[in-house]
Amino acid sequence: MTASSAPSQTLNHVGAEPPWVSRIIGFIRFVRNNGFQAGIQEELDALKLSEQVNITRQQDLRWGLRSLLCSDREEWHRFDELFDAYWRKPNRKAEVRATSSSKIENRGAQAGQSNGGQVAETDKAQEGDENGDAGEGGSRGGASLKEIHGRSDFRLLSDEQQMREMERLVERLARRMRRHVVRRQHLRRHGRRLHLRRTIRSSLRYGGMPLDLYFMRRRRHLPRLILLLDVSRSMSIYSYLFLRFARGIVAAFKDADAFVYHTRLVHVTDALRERDIELVKEKLALMSSGWNGGTRIGECLQNFNHDYGRRIVNSRSIVVIVSDGYDTGEPGVLAQQLGELKRRARKIVWLNPLLGREGYEPIARGMQEALPFLDLFASANNLDSLLALESYLTDL
Amino acid sequence: MNNVEAFQAQLESVGYVAEKELAATLLLMTQLQRPLLLEGDAGVGKTEIAKTLSRVFKCPLIRLQCYEGLDASSAVYEWNYQRQLLAIKMQEGESHSSEETERHIFSDHYLLKRPLLQAISMEEPPVLLIDEIDRADEEFEAYLLEVLSDFQISIPELGTIKATSTPYVVLTSNGTRELSDALRRRCLYHYVDYPGFDKELRIVNARLPDITQRLAGQVVEFVHGLRKMNLRKIPGIAETLDWAAALMCLNVSELDKDPEIIAQTLVCLLKTKEDRDAVTREISERLIAKAV
Repeated sequence: MTASSAPSQTLNHVGAEPPWVSRIIGFIRFVRNNGFQAGIQEELDALKLSEQVNITRQQDLRWGLRSLLCSDREEWHRFDELFDAYWRKPNRKAEVRATSSSKIENRGAQAGQSNGGQVAETDKAQEGDENGDAGEGGSRGGASLKEIHGRSDFRLLSDEQQMREMERLVERLARRMRRHVVRRQHLRRHGRRLHLRRTIRSSLRYGGMPLDLYFMRRRRHLPRLILLLDVSRSMSIYSYLFLRFARGIVAAFKDADAFVYHTRLVHVTDALRERDIELVKEKLALMSSGWNGGTRIGECLQNFNHDYGRRIVNSRSIVVIVSDGYDTGEPGVLAQQLGELKRRARKIVWLNPLLGREGYEPIARGMQEALPFLDLFASANNLDSLLALESYLTDL
Repeated sequence: MNNVEAFQAQLESVGYVAEKELAATLLLMTQLQRPLLLEGDAGVGKTEIAKTLSRVFKCPLIRLQCYEGLDASSAVYEWNYQRQLLAIKMQEGESHSSEETERHIFSDHYLLKRPLLQAISMEEPPVLLIDEIDRADEEFEAYLLEVLSDFQISIPELGTIKATSTPYVVLTSNGTRELSDALRRRCLYHYVDYPGFDKELRIVNARLPDITQRLAGQVVEFVHGLRKMNLRKIPGIAETLDWAAALMCLNVSELDKDPEIIAQTLVCLLKTKEDRDAVTREISERLIAKAV
């Protein structure tokens, strides 16, 4: 199908207007509002499809639309529910939204006391986005959400739907990070170049004819990311979000590693690689069961240095510590261990979600001890601050 | 019988057992002429789908295996430098202008067609299988997107080559890397899951016609039990078939007859050390007891 024939086709349809056309268009708008990326092209294809399959056979329509509209596994599994909701009972649409968001555990509970005004604002903005998006073909669902949520603080997201969206966004952001990092690196040294010296040398055999060509390989130095996430109670609002972030990073960067710590340090890379997010949660819950008491950042770092440091930290490594810096361990340990880590790693980045808040000063003892060793001390309380990390990684 | 069922029967006639849903997707793909993206775990038969299509349409299958570092010169085209250099050398004595020489050495004759260019320049539409697209780099993915939306390839020295026929494009992905949204939108999507009991039984019967019903049922049941465990590498359909074939070679007629042989042949199903350790004697006996 070519682009030029497409518009006239719509016109035909609008003119003739069989009764099911508006229903199908309506369905595509419906799935779009539920987070699918479906635009005008999909509407056209769906209409084409509806001419070819037997519309009265609901199964055929379902399978066709599913292949057309889904673009990843998660959508694939959600599709049937949405399809039933739309084509069966008119008043079930609202229900689906409610049930699918309640699957997420009560993350919103802690954030419940946040100010209502901010939330109402983002709500409205989001609605506006859905309506405005339709005209453009809705292809930029992810990006436009980011624009809206970019500056809103994670802790101010009170309703579960928003929280869920943010978690998805954060994971996707992390996955995209690699692409951007790679792309920028290539721009700097792009192109395949002849290795003239070897080419000429080997051409001697052929009387100076350069028959065997040798090329220079560009060498890639992607940073090796190591994430250390604080999952103590003072961080509980953020910890699940950062786990999703870590999951994205681990998926995108092959040699990345993630750890969580509280009173102990646990290696969670393998658990995060599990595809099913529910299974990830289960595994993590199992790992961290029975933890209580204060956060011992220093001791956990000592563990890290001792058990993993030599193996996985090298001159390509960027260690990213996510923590609020409330350390209840022995004074001095944290500084000592960070010093040791610093000798091995390329950079140490400390992300503190509290730093973005107004009036916050890093005066906690742990934070004070850590500051001299950090290459970057940054906030991590909204999407923009995570994005800033990306440009830091590329500027190495 | 409607189109979907007819197509399903067609698939089955060339030896591929497909659900109606998959048949519907494949039919749609040929009708809309859109690429199809297949996702699913390794070993669920994604690649096989492309091979089956080529058998159904009786057209050649062109396969492009992706890997990290795959670039245009090995996927699309490359000039045959050696021949070009020889041609220049040979023309040295003759009185050709440099433009003539240039036109000569940058002609079709010196072009090495790699899978993508090959696929769009065939007379009859072939099936183009782009295997494990998630292994290729992002740049290649972007390039591929361009080819898949316009079905034309521009070669600076030759100009733009338009597709003489639109190939049936099948992309597969194991999900080791997130694919770009643009590519996903361009494609139809089908998630291929592990087959259910009945389907896998039919596959085993189709591929190993000599197997007894009893053994086939037990093998499939056993493998289904294994898949429910938390293994690192879940056995796919190919593993089921390997194992069934191995058991037949060893003249095993029933799983519970000889646990020793079962334990020895489990190498067909379990491919990592962790998984071998995880499936202990007791567990395998329990699975056998369930399967019998």
